[in-house]
Amino acid sequence: MILQVENPVVEVHDLTVAYQKKPVLWSIDFTLPAGNIIGIIGPNGAGKSTLLKAIMGIIPLASGQIRLWNFPIKDVRKRVSYVPQRESVDWDFPASVKEVVLMGRYPKLSLFQRPTKKDHEIVKQCLAQVEMLEYENRQIGQLSGGQQQRVFLARALAQEAELYFMDEPFAGVDMASEAAIIKLLHQMRAQGKTIVVVHHDLQTAYEYFDWILLINQRLIASGPKEKIFTPELLQATYGGKLTTLTKIGELLKKKSFSSRKDG
Amino acid sequence: MLISGLWIIVTSSLLAISTGLLGCLLMLRRSAMLGDAISHSVLPGIVMAYLLTGQKSSIALFVGAIILGVGVSLMIEFIQKRFSVQNDAAIGLSFTFLFAVGVILISIFAQDIDLDQDCVIYGELAYIPLDLWTTPTGLNLGPRAFWILLALAIINISFVGLAYKELQVSIFDPLFAQATGLHPQVWHYVQVVLVSLTVVAAFEVVGAILVIAFLVTPAATAYLISHRLWSFLGLSCLWGITASIGGYLLAWWSGGTIAGAIALIAGIQFLIVLIISKIAKSKA
Amino acid sequence: MWSAVIEFITFREPNIRFVVLGSIFMGISAALVGSFAYLRKQALVGDTVSHSVLPGICIAFLCIGTKNTPILLLGAFIAGWLSLLAVDWLIHQTKIKPDSANAVALSTFFGLGVFLLTIIQHTGNAAQTGLDKFIFGNAAALLKNDVWLFLGLALCTIVLVSIFFKHFALLSFDRQFAVSIGYPVKALEVLLTSLTVIAIVCGIQAMGVVLVASLLIAPAVAARFWCYNLKKMLVVACSIGALGGYVGAFISYLAPAMPSGPWIVVALFFIALASFIGAPQKGIWARFRLGQNNKRRVQEENILKYIYSAQEDGLIKEYTITPQCLAELRNNKTLEAIEPYKRLCRKNLAIQKGSAYQLTSKGIEYAKRMVKVHRLWELYLAHYLHLPPDHVHEDAESIEHIITPEIEKQLIQLLDNPSTDPHGKDIPY
Repeated sequence: MILQVENPVVEVHDLTVAYQKKPVLWSIDFTLPAGNIIGIIGPNGAGKSTLLKAIMGIIPLASGQIRLWNFPIKDVRKRVSYVPQRESVDWDFPASVKEVVLMGRYPKLSLFQRPTKKDHEIVKQCLAQVEMLEYENRQIGQLSGGQQQRVFLARALAQEAELYFMDEPFAGVDMASEAAIIKLLHQMRAQGKTIVVVHHDLQTAYEYFDWILLINQRLIASGPKEKIFTPELLQATYGGKLTTLTKIGELLKKKSFSSRKDG
Repeated sequence: MLISGLWIIVTSSLLAISTGLLGCLLMLRRSAMLGDAISHSVLPGIVMAYLLTGQKSSIALFVGAIILGVGVSLMIEFIQKRFSVQNDAAIGLSFTFLFAVGVILISIFAQDIDLDQDCVIYGELAYIPLDLWTTPTGLNLGPRAFWILLALAIINISFVGLAYKELQVSIFDPLFAQATGLHPQVWHYVQVVLVSLTVVAAFEVVGAILVIAFLVTPAATAYLISHRLWSFLGLSCLWGITASIGGYLLAWWSGGTIAGAIALIAGIQFLIVLIISKIAKSKA
Repeated sequence: MWSAVIEFITFREPNIRFVVLGSIFMGISAALVGSFAYLRKQALVGDTVSHSVLPGICIAFLCIGTKNTPILLLGAFIAGWLSLLAVDWLIHQTKIKPDSANAVALSTFFGLGVFLLTIIQHTGNAAQTGLDKFIFGNAAALLKNDVWLFLGLALCTIVLVSIFFKHFALLSFDRQFAVSIGYPVKALEVLLTSLTVIAIVCGIQAMGVVLVASLLIAPAVAARFWCYNLKKMLVVACSIGALGGYVGAFISYLAPAMPSGPWIVVALFFIALASFIGAPQKGIWARFRLGQNNKRRVQEENILKYIYSAQEDGLIKEYTITPQCLAELRNNKTLEAIEPYKRLCRKNLAIQKGSAYQLTSKGIEYAKRMVKVHRLWELYLAHYLHLPPDHVHEDAESIEHIITPEIEKQLIQLLDNPSTDPHGKDIPY
């Protein structure tokens, strides 16, 4: 059940990603439509975050290619925003909420250039959008998990991108923040933006997303949520890893074999 | 006495500014021990440069130190990635080896160079006012170390000042930085080069072993009480300067080594700030 | 020179025996505790402790005014412990991260130590000479009585580690599990830490404060390359540590003015380097060879498979073809190289017939299996990864070489004894 779309925003072709020769994603192949909220769903260790990192060009590919609007990522970085997992950074870092959001403006500035007044105004607007303006001078370590997540989203907004990749924005987030984030995603969709969200909770997935990718080491399904939420496909995703696939992965690592001839 | 004391304080304060800035960056990257490793590993580079040029004040010294400083960070990375050895073990393995080579070189060529094990430990802060820089016309420009450390302080301040936003984003959130097309690794290596340069200068002043006190302790003290990167950087320099002043006074009063006294005062400052911030927190 | 070497090796002088024994036991005990520190991901603990003992030595000396080794060691022991407590407290009670906590503690303690040392030197107390030997270390400076002390302490360490081996192993491997099954984890940690501090304190005399860390780390890192089993790893680490100690004693006998520590470190480093490169399985040379062998096997298996398919498609007769023809057929120039065919002949999988090669019956069997697993894997990808038929071939090209008979059986079962692959070709059984 893998539906392809015309004029895709994201096109992933035959993608394999490996850590130390052990593939974590096998031959992934899909296209994503514009203007949707898209959920990447799968159990822990399914390779969801890896997929985002591969798309953003942060980790090397064992094989395959990825195109955004039919360009390689390095040509369109300014149109794309990436929100890493909240746990991936050190929140003890000495910075205020405002300063973190300002980082979203950095890609628009040249090397050594300082942020302008306009940048600061945009930061304020973005903070207002995530309802965090009153916290702008707080040290980021003093915020709750949900508030930290909202700061990350404000930073993404400040990038003024067209395509957003968010890694687990709902993880460890309180109800108020969850509602605020959902509201924000809907606003962004109304502006014609495309948002790709990594999510591990099946319960809420149907409600949040328009289009869903089911992933567990390999791509199981991709399509509008109505067509994807079938017991068979969900069972295939959450019914455990494919032991054969896992074993082969272990063997590849042990025998230090490349998963591709050229790799 | 007064003038030479002033020179010593000014010179070590300049060092404290350089190490204070770099120490903050190292600390935020959680690679304080990399600073320690670099400061020990430049020893063979310094000795080789002495042996080759026969001079203390030569460009070769800095070149040797950069080679060794960048070399040891590459070596650590290589051992860690290629042989999958834990980071701290890779650090321990690499810097002890290079330091050992340095000490062996010193003991073999002890007669040929005026460099002994004592200066590795204690540094030569007390001799700073004696080593003057004079122009060919005989004009006295003050201690040589002062000018070197002034230049380094300017380099380091410009680095942190100009690349403030790149450093901030690539240390705070390297994944995001990469996603926006920055290369955090490049900034890391620029920093390694600067640490190596600074460490060589520091070596002459406080010896190889106590550089870490300059690099990390003031930064750690500032870390306890700062909420912004710029105040962290500023306070770190400030604590380094107060430690320099306090250390000099303590050494002058007691007759002990200046470098050791500075490290001690920096530690005491850390302890005091720690206690005060703990008390403040428990009251709040 | 040579007479000195022989004298050393033959242990003729009782003095040498002491120094050698002391150094060897120092190496062994440091390697033992170092292995546990390494497994507990605290490799640099040795560095922190070794720098931090200096003020302990100085204060002890200031208290008694003479160089009484046991008292100095006691001071060192206490200071070492204090530094570790400080680091632990900083990590758990403040936002200071482990690396900075170590750096702050070691530099402050060492600063205090150096400061006190210079003050002691200025007092003019004649007994102080040699106190600074601790910083760079010299095994030759060991006195006979001291050697007995070190020997005793090192033996104690070895005995205690042997007794509590099981406990320490579990503690390092899974602390939480150790807590859950009711081990006195706190007490064990105190014991292990004390042993670590003792080993370092003993090592400093010969190694000096900066370099003693290597005595803990290098043997453990090197040993991990030789074996997977903890017991064996400890034995190997101890042997390496002992060798390091022996080298140190030897150097300081030949050149008493030379600090022995650096030579031990250099020796240990090269042992570790040799392990990285030469160790079986984990060393890079072994891994390089493995890669080479993999490459060759892939070449050979591909040729077998291609010949089989060509026969299957009726393009050749009796499994016989020249390398040039096969290369042309597969549109792959690399197949012209003659070495892989020669290797196949040597393995009795093919025989040479003029310029052509023919598969033997053993070769046909082998080729058949390759084709089988290739097609099974293609089918598996199509079924379970939902890949379209035109995507599966390339992946199978690499995976087929790694599928074990066990996985093959599993695939057949999973796919329910399939008869054709996604391209409609027969799967040969």
